[in-house]
Amino acid sequence: MPSDREPTRRHSTGETSAERSSEFTTISGHSIRRLYSPDDLAEWEPDRDLGLPGAPPYTRGIHPAMYRERLWTMRQFAGFGSARDTNKRFRYLLAQGQSGLSVAFDLPTLMGYDSDHSLAEGEVGKCGVAISSLADMEALFDQIPLGNVSTSMTINSPAAILWAMYLAVAEKQGVDWKNLSGTLQNDILKEYIAQKEYIFPPKPSMRLVIDTFEFGARHTPKFNPISISGYHIREAGSTAIQELAFTLRDGIEYVEWGIARGMGVDDFAPALSFFFNAHNDFFEEIAKYRAARRIWYKTMTERFGAKLARSSALRFHAQTAGCSLTAQQPYNNVVRTALQALAAVMGGTQSLHTNSLDEAWALPTEFAATLALRTQQILAHETGVANTADPLGGSYFVERLTNEMGDAAWKYIRKIDDMGGMIPAIERGYPQREIADASYRYQVSVDHKEKIIVGVNEFTGEEKPIETLRIDESVRAEQAAHLVKLRAERSNDEVSRQLNALRKAAQGSENLMPHIYAAVKSYATLGEICDSLREVFGTHEEVSVT
Amino acid sequence: MPEKRIRVLIAKPGLDGHDRGAKIIARALRDAGMEVIYTGLRQTPEMIASAAVQEDVDVIGLSILSGAHNTLVPQLLDLLKQKGMSDVTVLLGGTIPEADIAGLKKAGVAEIFLPGASTQDIVDFVRKRVALA
Repeated sequence: MPSDREPTRRHSTGETSAERSSEFTTISGHSIRRLYSPDDLAEWEPDRDLGLPGAPPYTRGIHPAMYRERLWTMRQFAGFGSARDTNKRFRYLLAQGQSGLSVAFDLPTLMGYDSDHSLAEGEVGKCGVAISSLADMEALFDQIPLGNVSTSMTINSPAAILWAMYLAVAEKQGVDWKNLSGTLQNDILKEYIAQKEYIFPPKPSMRLVIDTFEFGARHTPKFNPISISGYHIREAGSTAIQELAFTLRDGIEYVEWGIARGMGVDDFAPALSFFFNAHNDFFEEIAKYRAARRIWYKTMTERFGAKLARSSALRFHAQTAGCSLTAQQPYNNVVRTALQALAAVMGGTQSLHTNSLDEAWALPTEFAATLALRTQQILAHETGVANTADPLGGSYFVERLTNEMGDAAWKYIRKIDDMGGMIPAIERGYPQREIADASYRYQVSVDHKEKIIVGVNEFTGEEKPIETLRIDESVRAEQAAHLVKLRAERSNDEVSRQLNALRKAAQGSENLMPHIYAAVKSYATLGEICDSLREVFGTHEEVSVT
Repeated sequence: MPEKRIRVLIAKPGLDGHDRGAKIIARALRDAGMEVIYTGLRQTPEMIASAAVQEDVDVIGLSILSGAHNTLVPQLLDLLKQKGMSDVTVLLGGTIPEADIAGLKKAGVAEIFLPGASTQDIVDFVRKRVALA
């Protein structure tokens, strides 16, 4: 009979054996038994719980033929220095066979500051590309036809503004917005929970997000206005089950707000997308993705009454786990990344970023970024895992683990429902505390060598430094000069007019996208637009949970 | 006579929002019996130096994963000097390239703890360092 307790160590042959440990758990602490067998699926009904790929409940994937029809998008996150520097790296990666773009912005941009702001000192271009205005966005996509390449933008608090810049570039290129493909991360809830790149308080931030849903539903049907993310929640130290549960509960929150705005669920739900981590524990990750699809299907149909298949088929991007990569023996990271990528593919991801070996030291060198891309290409073309949909379907272990993770996630979802939703939960520090506790527990287990990290707490050796990418302070000076020129050449009257109109609209409840778009086209800077919104919305400061 | 507890300020300078490491260290030092004050995110060097003075700390632990360390750390060290707090031990953790380590130590950082450092090593270092002071 299946049981959570380790059975007596007696094999069916009557032999006993000593195991290496008194307990075996996933990296998240989930108990794993010696063997899984038909008994573990006694309550499992394939028709209800498994289905077929491309059919409810989507456990096996969201397309019937999966990668036989189309490989996942190889979408490497990239960005550093100036728009010109990043444009060059984009065109290089596309030439190397990457199939979609993904933009990393620097911290000032992420936080809604221009490159010449006092708080931007030392930060410009260091974590991503510096974008202070539409002029920078134009340089970023120079020689890149937006009608032919899909672009994902990792931007949250000022997402609406960066999106408006992107749309303006598309318009300039003569691309019909209806043909624009891409994704905005734009998931503010996980900022309060994990990534901490918030500007405004929750309610006005949610208003901005729903404005993008509305605008997107009308103007950009192929563009995902949101990437509801678990990646960052996991990077902050959550367990896989917490990543799964908090991400989907964030999704539920966004759907509720969309409906409250007056949209029909099928009007905006098809454009929602997700973003998960691809961490070390191979089977836990695969089970996580499968459980995610099943939970989302049930939620969208039963809780929200969605009718369209596309409303309940969970589409996701995955990124291999940055937090698992080590500063020590960095070449080990190539192996980690390959195995994590394999899990994402066997779990049915639609899009994938593989990290570079120098992750713990700096932004990727061209060499490291290329090797990361080649990892995906080898996976796709040499391993055979793309030949069939959901290759692990029917495995006693994987199906059982999928069930266990799903059940545990539902418990969290109900708990947050009982708190009144994700925003009340965030206000009481609930997900933040769960994450802080999980991350501390993990660190303690590593410090005690209960969890081994090769090259770090075991199998250590002499370290040889590697070459890393350096970004110098000249980017800030360059950007500052550009901004002086921009402010001199634009119509400052027009900018004032647009910012006033935006401030007025922000005080009301109309959709802000058209106003933001007009402001962006007048070459109002990111900082100027955000400051206008700060004036109306205020700013958010968290109560730290350690 | 109760032993005076070591007082540590854990700070996140600059715009960087990655707080997993800072929070773990804060908790580990607290569990080791130290008084720990965590500043929270997005602190300017001025805010950190003021907090260090107000809290009369023995140690400041900085966490920087943004690449802004060569700007923010010297600014903080300068402010500490101005405020007569040069005796405070300054520690740094985060994403610090190998090539920058010597320069930061020369400027006054007592030790740099890279990704993979154990919390016990940090606790031991702080105890030893403050005992010598």
